[in-house]
Amino acid sequence: MDLILVNLIDGLVTGLLLFMLSAGLTLIFSMMGVLNFAHASFYMLGAYFAFQISLYLGFWMGLLIAPLVVGVLGAGVERYGLRRVHQYGHVPELIFTFGLALLIEELVQFIWGKNQMPYATPEILQFTAFSIAGNSIPAYKIFMIFISVAIFIGLLYVLTRTRVGMIIQAALTYPKTVEALGHNVPLIFMGVFGVGTALAGVAGVIAGPVLGTFPGMAFVLGSIVFVTIVIGGLGSLWGALVASLLIGWITTFSKAYNLRMEDLLTWLGFTKPQPIWDSAWRDLWSITSPQIADILPYILMVLILIFRPYGLFGKRDA
Amino acid sequence: MTDQLTTDPTKPAQRMRAGSLTIPLIPWVLAAALVMILPFIFTANSAITIMNQMAITIIFALAYNMLLGQGGMLSFGHAVYAGVGGFACVHIMNMDDFFSQIPLPLLPVFGGLMGMGLATIVGAFSTRKAGTVFAMISLGVGELIAACSVIIVAFFGGEEGISGDRTYGMPFFGVEFLQQIEVYYLIAAWLMISAALMYLYSRTPLGRMANAVRDNPERAEFLGYSARWVRFFSFVASGFFAGVAGALFAINYEILTEENLNTTQSGLILLATFLGGVGFFFGPILGAIVFTLVQTVLSLQTELWAFYLGIVFVVTVMFFPGGLAGLLMMHVPAMRLGKLGRLGVPYVKTLGAGAIGCLGAAALIEMTFHLRHASAGDHSMTLYWITFESHTILPWIVAIAVTLVGFGIARRTAPALAEAWNDANTPDGAPR
Repeated sequence: MDLILVNLIDGLVTGLLLFMLSAGLTLIFSMMGVLNFAHASFYMLGAYFAFQISLYLGFWMGLLIAPLVVGVLGAGVERYGLRRVHQYGHVPELIFTFGLALLIEELVQFIWGKNQMPYATPEILQFTAFSIAGNSIPAYKIFMIFISVAIFIGLLYVLTRTRVGMIIQAALTYPKTVEALGHNVPLIFMGVFGVGTALAGVAGVIAGPVLGTFPGMAFVLGSIVFVTIVIGGLGSLWGALVASLLIGWITTFSKAYNLRMEDLLTWLGFTKPQPIWDSAWRDLWSITSPQIADILPYILMVLILIFRPYGLFGKRDA
Repeated sequence: MTDQLTTDPTKPAQRMRAGSLTIPLIPWVLAAALVMILPFIFTANSAITIMNQMAITIIFALAYNMLLGQGGMLSFGHAVYAGVGGFACVHIMNMDDFFSQIPLPLLPVFGGLMGMGLATIVGAFSTRKAGTVFAMISLGVGELIAACSVIIVAFFGGEEGISGDRTYGMPFFGVEFLQQIEVYYLIAAWLMISAALMYLYSRTPLGRMANAVRDNPERAEFLGYSARWVRFFSFVASGFFAGVAGALFAINYEILTEENLNTTQSGLILLATFLGGVGFFFGPILGAIVFTLVQTVLSLQTELWAFYLGIVFVVTVMFFPGGLAGLLMMHVPAMRLGKLGRLGVPYVKTLGAGAIGCLGAAALIEMTFHLRHASAGDHSMTLYWITFESHTILPWIVAIAVTLVGFGIARRTAPALAEAWNDANTPDGAPR
């Protein structure tokens, strides 16, 4: 029971982190119809910028400044890159962001090298918040949960309760009409892209010290983020939230509990072939849940796509 | 990209050729002759290795372009089909009894069938939609299968991969493929066969419908074709040729690992295909040749080759969506008018200066990299066959000056080039 609680918290941290990335990605998708392949690269840039800033001004200024820099960079990419490629269609846009992801990874290696950066959590948060049956929960995890929830509530408030949010929502669905009403739709698009990438930047800043700040960090998380928004339904914010938490918990729990395929197969009434090392099914019998934890999201995605092609919360025509 | 991707019905050449199987023979004969004599020109072992790699990449890139260029489907996980085909072939190589019954040149057929089988399964649910959805599914499935390679050890061999020996096959007219050159001719033969088949495929009604579905799926549906089935058949055919490429890889290197399956590999083939140009059949061929050269030759010269490649790729997507082939084909109207020669001098002036500017910029990048990442105390570096101290000011001044002057001249002469371009593309006597 206690272990379940600990894993719930761990999964929540992973899920919320994933959500900060997928929220921006799904907003950008519903706006421009293009998936930003470089989204996780902005997450990486957030971590690196924050690390560089924290060397001079400390962690908190990094948390404040790095996402802003990332957001401005993202807006610049939209203004001078994507808008130009947009005329060629969606597939070239996707290829463009793919190229950008490659370029950013190479750029990061060029500037900071291939090694992991010594980016650490701030000292003020290096204590144990509380412990559950001997499992201590670091304060930094609680801080991560707090930040992500605050950002989610803020985002929800801005999108649904303010005038700016209303205009953005309208521009997502009827850009022509909103433009005819006198709003600068390209500017809105640029702003949303900037905010989306800034969110990824925040995720990078707070995840960098925990998950490690290294050139492969975008690649590690990148495809999981895509899987998340495909499962949640392309363009759906709630879908992104549900799918993020789902993936966070699934991976955490399957890593924490060592479920063995052998037990499952025996329970189903199969007999273990002997000798096992010579059997063609030996890999199936030796599978354990921690081993496949990282590919469970992909399996989930394939299943979702087969049985519910538009995702959990997606619209049929998305 | 639209201008190259869209089939223009007013162009007689395309309308006439649609559906008919008459193809211009001369380029194919020339290509076959070139492939035959290349090993006599480049006799070094390393050159043959590079050419083998090149031919495999060409087949793979052409197969990839069946999806991207001809079908409008962007796949982020196509290495999986090549990889699985290759893995299957290594397993066949290891089945002593069976392998000694078949000649090695037939092995790619099995690889192709394996790739095709996997594509049939995946295509059954991934080809419902084109565009973004297809791209995402291909990425997910690609990641899934690549990740499986460390779990399903029986087939993928885990981290160290699996290896075989090609020489155990039935001798093919006495040839046992012990030497690199024999393998070269095997690969070359398969290159010609697959390229011809893929070209013919693009000329069949099915290949033509793939173009129609790419450009306007609704209209194709109204004409009575199921867009989904057309996509599915393209996908399966592409899977076959990707499998052939994978099988040739297995024959050439005799080892396959997880690296042949993963997303990086899939990304590289997208890079090669797009750089070459997706709008023309020969685009991926160009792309594969240039890409392999960059990968093998440039990577020996500099650690930063992937960085330059990334820059070139992003610039290509932004400014030349037709790729290399598109750039070449831009000159066809001027050639028809017989005025191609007028572009020569302006080209040398602008592009020559621009190239010098690029070399200067590359020098700056290399020097910065050396300054930041070289081991402490290591101050001397060699660039363009010149050895100098990277911590002194003089090389920096020279590099900056070369860069600025190069780009400056290119910029100054650009209007003249534009003028010459307009002139070369306007028939004499036509109103300007």
